[in-house]
Amino acid sequence: MNERVSPVFPPAPWSVRTKRAARQAAMKSWLEGMVYLFPSLLLFGVFLFYPLGRTMYLSVFHTDYQGQPTEFAGLAHFVALLQDDSFWHSLKATILFAALTVPTTVAVSFGLALLVHETRKGIGIFRTIFASTMGMSVGVASVIWMFMYNPAIGIINRLLSAIGGVPVSWLLDQDTALYAVAAATIWMNIGLTFLLLLAGLQNIDPSLYESARIAGMSYWRQLWTVTVPLLSPTLFFVTTVSLIQALQTFGQIDFLTKGGPVEATNVFVYAIYREAFVNYQFGSASAQAIVLFLIIALVTFLQFRFAERKVHYQ
Amino acid sequence: MRAARATAHYVLLCLCSVVILFPVAYALLMSLMDGAAILSGRLWPENWTLVNYEAAFQQAPLGRYLWNSFFVAFMITLGRLIVSSLAAFAFVFLRFPGRDRWFYICIATMLVPWEATVIPNFLTIQALGWTNHYVGLIVPFWAMAFGIFLLRQQFKQIPHELYEAAQLSGIGNFRFFCRVVLPLSKTSLVTLAVYSFLDAWNMYLWPLLVTNDDRVRTVQIGLKQLQTQEIASSWGVVMAAAVIAMLPTLLLLFAGQKQLRKGLMQGAIQ
Repeated sequence: MNERVSPVFPPAPWSVRTKRAARQAAMKSWLEGMVYLFPSLLLFGVFLFYPLGRTMYLSVFHTDYQGQPTEFAGLAHFVALLQDDSFWHSLKATILFAALTVPTTVAVSFGLALLVHETRKGIGIFRTIFASTMGMSVGVASVIWMFMYNPAIGIINRLLSAIGGVPVSWLLDQDTALYAVAAATIWMNIGLTFLLLLAGLQNIDPSLYESARIAGMSYWRQLWTVTVPLLSPTLFFVTTVSLIQALQTFGQIDFLTKGGPVEATNVFVYAIYREAFVNYQFGSASAQAIVLFLIIALVTFLQFRFAERKVHYQ
Repeated sequence: MRAARATAHYVLLCLCSVVILFPVAYALLMSLMDGAAILSGRLWPENWTLVNYEAAFQQAPLGRYLWNSFFVAFMITLGRLIVSSLAAFAFVFLRFPGRDRWFYICIATMLVPWEATVIPNFLTIQALGWTNHYVGLIVPFWAMAFGIFLLRQQFKQIPHELYEAAQLSGIGNFRFFCRVVLPLSKTSLVTLAVYSFLDAWNMYLWPLLVTNDDRVRTVQIGLKQLQTQEIASSWGVVMAAAVIAMLPTLLLLFAGQKQLRKGLMQGAIQ
């Protein structure tokens, strides 16, 4: 007898129902998307964004030897840095180091890539050899070069005295140490730069060379009118990557010179490391880390902007 | 004329190879000489010997260091592949509010050098009690903007019709990801794996900070230990350890060189 009563409320009009369904669907898709992103976002949050914020925070505090902030310092650390000769020295050493390594690495790698770009019998072997230093880790490369630089028994001084030169204490001499570390670094970094440039060369349409040859262009003219312009995005990319790498140099310094002699090789990251983990001055080390962040962020940002424009241009 | 040009080309190639290979060959030759021969400044061993290799394994837990490096690099690589491919999948195939904003946040992490975050990260790992544990060496490196970016470029090449067809036939997103997207992206995944492994094997500052125990130390730190305690007469031992430590990455590089060349460019230049 109790027949089903009609609903007290009339059903919501269609527009509301679809809107609600749409909202639910959006919610569901948002949840699903976030599940896939969750690992990345969590890890970036914990190991990148939080510590970046924390570094900024610590940079305006005095800290105890456990890294706990004790007293607000304001911009004292930054002011102290600007007045510190050691900071300017370390900045200068880093810039000199970058100037020594980046252009040379790119130029040498470009030359090597050009050499193996043509297909010839057995070219694969040479490609593998040229890329091989990419398999040299910082420890391996450092101990080998350290031995080569050994003043008494290293090969470099042996060769030098064989041609009548005076032995040099490469890593212990204030005037040569940074150059010596730079040479080892160039050798280490050639592998990756070479590989990227070779890939860039192989992306260039071969028919362009064909037409250049038909037009009677010489090898060097082809290089300047076809190869270099078309390779310029890759060249620019490897230059920025090498520059950022140079600004972050740490391992080979710790192996070869420990920042010495007399701070001659005390590059930026090594200075931060010493300030934080040898002197336990976390506040002032954080201030230096912020300066490093600003420099690298600027370089990376410029790379993005330039690369974007390059893509439109092509 | 053409033959002369080819000969000149080969001569140049060989010269460059000699210069590039010289440090490795030098280390190899020194590692096969005894201490007296090294001190006498020979370049070519008179008596070939393996004593340095024996000593390298006896004087330091080189085997342990190698295993630690291998395990850490392998786990970092595996984690990076999983974490990056999940995120890249969401960025390419899923549509949800705020997607692009999250993508820009991920890409923005490229602006931050690891060194600028290393101090609080060290304090975090200490607070978590992860120093001298594998997790402390591995987990912080799982998320990687470059990996997400590289895989996103690759996933975008997969025709969207495939995804629509899968949806129509009721195949869920995760199954589509595992059965279709991953198998179709082998080249990029291998590229990322090779790059990550080399990168992780090369790590130095972080293991230096968070380990001081031989049970978890990586081979980079092991080399540093050996070099520090070495007296001039046993440079051969250090060279032997260096030769051993370069083998895994060299082999990987030889095997993956071609993939790496093709794959890295996709991520580097869109």
